[in-house]
Amino acid sequence: MTTKHITVTVNGEAHEADVEPRLLLVHLLRDTFGLTGTHVGCDTSNCGACTVHVDGRTAKSCTMLAVQADGAEIKTIEGMAAGATLHPLQQSFWDQHGLQCGFCTPGMIMQSAWLLARNPDPSEDEIREGISGNLCRCTGYVNIVKAIQQAAAETRAAAETQTGAAAPAAG
Amino acid sequence: MIPAAFDYVRPADIGEALRILKEREGEAKILAGGYSLLPLLKLRLAQPALLVDLQSVGGLDGITRTDDDIRIGGRATHARILEDDGLAAVLPIMRDAAAGIGDPQIRNWGTIGGSLAHADPAADWPAVVLALRASFVLRSADGERVVPARGFFLDPFQTGIEPAEILTEVRIPIPPARSGSAYQNLERRAGDFSTVGAAAALTLGADGRISEVGIGLTAVADAAFAATQAEDALRGATPGDELIREAAMAASRQSRPADDAHGPAEYKRAMVTEMTFRALRAALGRAMA
Repeated sequence: MTTKHITVTVNGEAHEADVEPRLLLVHLLRDTFGLTGTHVGCDTSNCGACTVHVDGRTAKSCTMLAVQADGAEIKTIEGMAAGATLHPLQQSFWDQHGLQCGFCTPGMIMQSAWLLARNPDPSEDEIREGISGNLCRCTGYVNIVKAIQQAAAETRAAAETQTGAAAPAAG
Repeated sequence: MIPAAFDYVRPADIGEALRILKEREGEAKILAGGYSLLPLLKLRLAQPALLVDLQSVGGLDGITRTDDDIRIGGRATHARILEDDGLAAVLPIMRDAAAGIGDPQIRNWGTIGGSLAHADPAADWPAVVLALRASFVLRSADGERVVPARGFFLDPFQTGIEPAEILTEVRIPIPPARSGSAYQNLERRAGDFSTVGAAAALTLGADGRISEVGIGLTAVADAAFAATQAEDALRGATPGDELIREAAMAASRQSRPADDAHGPAEYKRAMVTEMTFRALRAALGRAMA
């Protein structure tokens, strides 16, 4: 079978690979690049454990071919923390006990990050709708919703501080 | 689950895509968002020799308006349709339906043209385009034809599209003044396929009577269909709850649901009445607003 040569940027780093067209994106990430933070859950586009960002849009990487991502910018859970500092959502899931077994957490955090980027102050209903493509079988979602609310509040507060600090310089 | 092996091309424009489809007729499948096709490939229910990915073909994902109709590119995602305020103002049914499709990730990639050409018998868009009397632009290397939605959906996953054609555009007539449209569906679980889906669009005349009406139903027959008997019962009549309840019952009588995991046929027929009633009442409310 002929392979295709692809180039993808994952968490800011350029990668190249020769892949069979049938290779799924999630397997490219996990097996070829060793980024095993992205999980395979249901493998049927239901559970959302494999959620990653592809050119800024969340996708279920079990339902996308690696060749479809040729040329794309991909972000996975490994790209969320800034060095030793956890991403606000990683910290808030910890603080609020937004996970038990943790299997859904990488996908849940990637989907939550996309939601908050588009809607920095979501209502509880908007949060629940926003993560409706991500299944958690442990928590009952209550603490996941709290974690997303915490990260949203912290991110807004940080943005306001930044704006306040920038204002005098701009003026 | 791993698909069977296939080859993959990403044509740069529509001409190249159509030429490849013609050269490889019967062997090639079009890849749009992939959220219907990839599950089929992974289950090996489809084993095409070649996938033709349309992601680099420009001009297929816009939402534009002419004097007569709204034109939605075949590769417009459900998310794009959901978020278009101008579209929702003219055709609120489009936002109703888009909001209930799959989940946010699926809406980010899944496309209206892909859904219509795939023609899952429980998909939502077919009911909507039937109610709206939309038409589809089907392009091939040999030319272009415009076909009405009514008559397009034949059987499960079977439509009037030819193997070398691409559904490039959905055209929806701009409704006259005093029109309303709505989609109501029943889902057992968040993000599930509809157990029953009812789409309604109607226009009121100066005399307050229903001058035109369209009703499309999904998931309750081998293919989505127009509930023509209910439409006939409504056209020319003065709207009221009793009338639309009778029309909804006519829609139920025209449905042919199957017993399955979503419920027994008798239950689904009852839900056709209820969903059609709700869709008609919502459409009527919007027409009078």
